[in-house]
Amino acid sequence: MLEAVFRIRELPETCMTPAPTHKTDPFDPIFRYVAFSAATLLLVTLGGIVMSLVVGGWPALSKFGFGFFTSVDWNPVTDVYGAAGPIVGTIVSAFLALAMALPIAIGIAVFITQFAPRALAQPIAIAVELLAGIPSIVYGMWGLFVFAPWFAKHVQVPLMTTFDSNPEGFWAKMFYGIPNGANLFTASVILAIMILPYMAAVFRELFRSIPPQVREAAFGVGATPFEVVTSVIIPYVQKGMVGVIMLGLGRALGETMAVTFIIGNTHLFPKSLFDSSSTLASTIANEFNEATGMHTAALMSLGLVLFLITFSVLAIARWLLSSQRY
Amino acid sequence: MSARAARRQIASQVFVVVCGMATLIALFALGLILYSLLKQGIGGLNLAVFTQDTPGPDSAGGLRNAIVGSIMMCGVGMLIALGVGILAGTWLAEIGGDTPYGHAVRFLNDVLLSAPSILVGLFVYQILVFPGPLSLGTYSGWAGAVALAILATPIVTRTTEDILNLQPNALREAGMALGGSQFITIRRIIWKAAGAGLLTGGLLGFSRISGETAPLLFTSLNNNYLDFNMGHFMGSVPVVMYNFALSPYESWNKLAWAGALLVAAAVLAVNIIGRWMAREQTK
Repeated sequence: MLEAVFRIRELPETCMTPAPTHKTDPFDPIFRYVAFSAATLLLVTLGGIVMSLVVGGWPALSKFGFGFFTSVDWNPVTDVYGAAGPIVGTIVSAFLALAMALPIAIGIAVFITQFAPRALAQPIAIAVELLAGIPSIVYGMWGLFVFAPWFAKHVQVPLMTTFDSNPEGFWAKMFYGIPNGANLFTASVILAIMILPYMAAVFRELFRSIPPQVREAAFGVGATPFEVVTSVIIPYVQKGMVGVIMLGLGRALGETMAVTFIIGNTHLFPKSLFDSSSTLASTIANEFNEATGMHTAALMSLGLVLFLITFSVLAIARWLLSSQRY
Repeated sequence: MSARAARRQIASQVFVVVCGMATLIALFALGLILYSLLKQGIGGLNLAVFTQDTPGPDSAGGLRNAIVGSIMMCGVGMLIALGVGILAGTWLAEIGGDTPYGHAVRFLNDVLLSAPSILVGLFVYQILVFPGPLSLGTYSGWAGAVALAILATPIVTRTTEDILNLQPNALREAGMALGGSQFITIRRIIWKAAGAGLLTGGLLGFSRISGETAPLLFTSLNNNYLDFNMGHFMGSVPVVMYNFALSPYESWNKLAWAGALLVAAAVLAVNIIGRWMAREQTK
């Protein structure tokens, strides 16, 4: 009963009226009002982000209309802008990264929650969580200075020479590109390495939320460890797993620094796996400070597109995760 | 053992090995990154990094202006984030969290938590840098601090709500029974009991923003001189790293690596302290 009095769970207006059975304190309503304003400020910020992107991007959206989303022509000299190149680059790189990171992230989470001895699981789990906190620019720098040159020399050039004999073949087309290591594929690899610890850490949390009895019961009826994981553990948290995948995707879509260094930043559709490309975020990061007028508006519209894509992905992720609470 | 049972056992063994391999591959890749970070970073690290400002191409220098700028902007950003975040988290946990409005705030806070940081940069540019009613009219340390605050606030809000929900209701009832008002109960009992937890939230937020580059590119820009005035352009370690890493000069690349090592070390240290405190709290 006291709790019911204490936690007034009414509409915001009533948050400013004092608790009924209680001695009134003049600071109570002020405090509630201030706390309520702080919570509202969060919504105002989110709304402000949308508004500023719409207002800032409007000149470009109204001038180019729907063609803005379908044209690949991005030319600051003639002041003509189309966002299709960066949109495709963003989506392709994010999904490639997800495809690479997902199996490994699930493998790690399964390994440390189910198979590894405690003495091994604990340090690995901590290491993974700490690595999830490393700023993305560090991953980007590693990609630029270490991974890209290595990849160009030891993977890209050998692959290109192998398939050189038949330039019209599928693989020759797939592996075509400037052999400097700055391309769509290497950017995806860096993205994958970056989202890997994050996804592994959240998967681990999810698997740990499963009551131990579920697992014990499965072992009790004679399932092998493989069957426990695939027929009991994973189905038990299905929805949550999709949520985590969407969270990882949201991160990969919106990542800026890890990608900008290494994707090559050209605005056409990527024609092959090793072609240079660009993402919405990398284009903004690269060009915004030099942009004026319509160019700025076009970049703001890119921001709006990025916001809409990530917002829907993240909203679905949060909805799936919150409907999975045990 | 029947053939079928043997097959099941083998499949299971293979699966365990594959999971172990996945872990090994990931740890190997991440180990490689840490290795180059340490090797290149320590190579670029010396006393001048802390005592001299960012140099011109091919001359000696350090990161002093950038380090000072980062600390100032992160500090101010954190103060704003702690103020707003703790109040908002308290509102969600103690006052209005179960109302439809509360659910909306919680949901959108979670979305804001993982929103792309470059969009926050564009937003702050639009209101504080680009000429307008609220604008400061120029790139400034204040704009950078606000951008970082927007990134840290959702984290502080989220941890505050989680920590306050962990506090037993007996504490709230005890406060009321002694005649305390809601404000006094929260301020003198609940916040005090949750103190270490709230600080952990602050540390986690701090570790998130200390390496952020994208939101600073368009808000604080950069400054090659030591400047304590937050109304001016302001350098920061991540932005200097970004500019120097993309440059063709080897001395700049070296400084970028030194900066990367500093940022990574700071983030790790803050994270470890935060985790350690969270553990002490739950003990």
